Amino acid sequence: MNSFLLTGGRMIDPATGTDATRDVLVRDGRVARIATGIDDDVAEHIDCRGLVVAPGFVDLHTHVREPGREDEETIATASVAAAAGGFTAICAMPNTDPVADSAAIVEKVWALGREAGVVEVVPAGALSKGQRGEKMADIGEMVRSPARVRLFTDDGHGVQNALFARRCMEYLRAFDAVYAEHCEDEALAEGGHMHEGERSAALGLRGVPAAAEELMAARDIALARLTGCRLHLLHVSTAGTVELVRRAKEDGVRVTCEATPHHFSLTDAALEEYDPNAKVNPPLRSDADREAIIAGLADGTIDAIATDHAPHALEEKDVEFEYAPPGLVGLETALGLANTELVGAGHLSLMQMIERMSTTPARILGLDDHGRIAEGAAANITVFDPAATWTVDPSGFHSRSKNTPFGGRTLAGRVVHTVFKGTTTVRDGAPSAGALV
Amino acid sequence: MIKHLLSMDQLTGDDITHILDTADSLRQVTDRPIKKLPTLRGRTVCNLFYEASTRTRISFELAAKRLSADVINFSADSKSSVSKGESFKDTAWTLEAMGVDAIVVRHGSSGAPLQLSKWVRASVLNAGDGAHEHPTQALLDLFSIREHFKDLSGLNVAIVGDVLHSRVARSNVKGLVTMGANVILVGPPTLIPPQARAWGAEISHDLDSVVDDLDVIYLLRVQKERQNEQLFPSLREYAAIWGLDARRARRLKPDALIMHPGPMNRGVEIGADVSEYPRSIILDQVANGLAVRMSLLYLMLGGQEEAA
Repeated sequence: MNSFLLTGGRMIDPATGTDATRDVLVRDGRVARIATGIDDDVAEHIDCRGLVVAPGFVDLHTHVREPGREDEETIATASVAAAAGGFTAICAMPNTDPVADSAAIVEKVWALGREAGVVEVVPAGALSKGQRGEKMADIGEMVRSPARVRLFTDDGHGVQNALFARRCMEYLRAFDAVYAEHCEDEALAEGGHMHEGERSAALGLRGVPAAAEELMAARDIALARLTGCRLHLLHVSTAGTVELVRRAKEDGVRVTCEATPHHFSLTDAALEEYDPNAKVNPPLRSDADREAIIAGLADGTIDAIATDHAPHALEEKDVEFEYAPPGLVGLETALGLANTELVGAGHLSLMQMIERMSTTPARILGLDDHGRIAEGAAANITVFDPAATWTVDPSGFHSRSKNTPFGGRTLAGRVVHTVFKGTTTVRDGAPSAGALV
Repeated sequence: MIKHLLSMDQLTGDDITHILDTADSLRQVTDRPIKKLPTLRGRTVCNLFYEASTRTRISFELAAKRLSADVINFSADSKSSVSKGESFKDTAWTLEAMGVDAIVVRHGSSGAPLQLSKWVRASVLNAGDGAHEHPTQALLDLFSIREHFKDLSGLNVAIVGDVLHSRVARSNVKGLVTMGANVILVGPPTLIPPQARAWGAEISHDLDSVVDDLDVIYLLRVQKERQNEQLFPSLREYAAIWGLDARRARRLKPDALIMHPGPMNRGVEIGADVSEYPRSIILDQVANGLAVRMSLLYLMLGGQEEAA
């Protein structure tokens, strides 16, 4: 295999707390050596001066849309979009068609990911058959399949029945797997198109109250306490949920959570002109909620930044606001938003940002090969320029879908190289020829 | 003059006065034997209605015709535009290709007129969008009040009923507040969003405590189809607590006005005979709709021609 030397970059590795100028020698898929002034005339030298060399990003929350909606995204196109965004691993949500509720489906998703070979595609399994919240999916078989599923969720829906949630948590303990919840009480949220507040009242749109999320978060924390199961709360959006998680962690409950770039970058003000691309579930919330999300990311209450990358076809989004499906694509804007809104605005250090985008999500998914740069470990690395500014142009996305509310926005922080298993999947900002599909 | 009329937010007090003054002079046309002005000859107005509304559509159609515009009517069921058939945007582009000058749009989805205004060169007039706004209704209501009270500032106006789902309420609150009236929203908390205070209105859950001081009581239609949403226990209880029955109507000041955007549920939000009280101006509201819509078309489309 090939070898190359990343020279003179600022290596930031949260796993070891390293933040120093280092050369990183990659050979045969692994990190061969980390030192200063490595002298190697065999390997190709890649000048990383002025750039940050970080462990590859890990997205806990990607909707790859395959199988079922290959017109919106495929595992291959999501993989390239992920690599372009600096990711080396993505967790594929199971709300596909058919739902990933059996070993056969998760194996297929896993195999397609390997075939694309651009990032690690880690399938999540459904908790319930068809994500209907009634009968348990083939949880153990998915764990034991080659896909080795570790995170289970009915994402897209919250589990409405508390007893069913409890049973799933109890059963998952046998495998030390993660119960991940899309917190939404459907009765309270029904018919809602945006955050319930002053703006929804003025716009004449039915709102989703913060309580719809917080009720289920509180219930799940109580059930995690009861069962001892590992709980992960997906796309936390309200100040109340952040506070619930903060207290649960203080009490020793095994709970982690994630927040999306759009929830720390935008508020419901983005809906004032009824932009269907800003419609998302959970909805963009109030200023106070956004501030609480940022504070939670800063103090570690929120463990991970996850994109909730949700591709939608143009014809589905280019309609009346109330008819548009929720969701936006996020893989290719995640770094720019995190670096601009969190680091640039002075809330997080680069080290903390990288920890939330790589080290901690890798740990939650149990991915030993990701989230760190260490001699002997697999070389999954992102090299980015934190100072480079760029303007979001959805037509340039590698994702098959372009639904983003960030078009035209100028962001600081751009991926320069992505290294997956020792091979550059992105070089000088562009996917390598081999990665393109 | 504004290009599109999407929301009462766009209008200043002076704009509103100008629109109502123009409506006043155009109304005289209605009294002539030949009820037509040539102002919009050669111009085309399309009524694009995704929700059934005979009275608003007819009012706009007649207003356009009185100004000699050509009128086309396009009706579609809101739901069918998502499940089958042409998308809203394609319909907009089709109308654009046909060269219409104004599109009067009624839509069940809040914000649809704003979206439409970004897709076409024609002027867009919001004839009611979801639970958002119904600005021409508010203007005709202001016109109707102004016929009785020359100055709207300082008037005590109660809007009673389902404010939460009402586009009429949102537009009226904005218009009334702009003109200096004191607005109080009355109804059960399930129907009055607490955020409505941000609109400059007060909130009361007790009609009996406010009724004596009102200059205008504006009753909103109870949408019976919402009965299964558990917003209040029964129509009977609603009528007893928040309806304007004869007993409450007698407590109104002698010159207080009774208004309703129609169609009425007699015996629910308004007593069966109350609508026929001398101070009820419910039918005037209908008649004034024509003059106000003529005024808007005249100012929004006629002005363009002069400029061209």
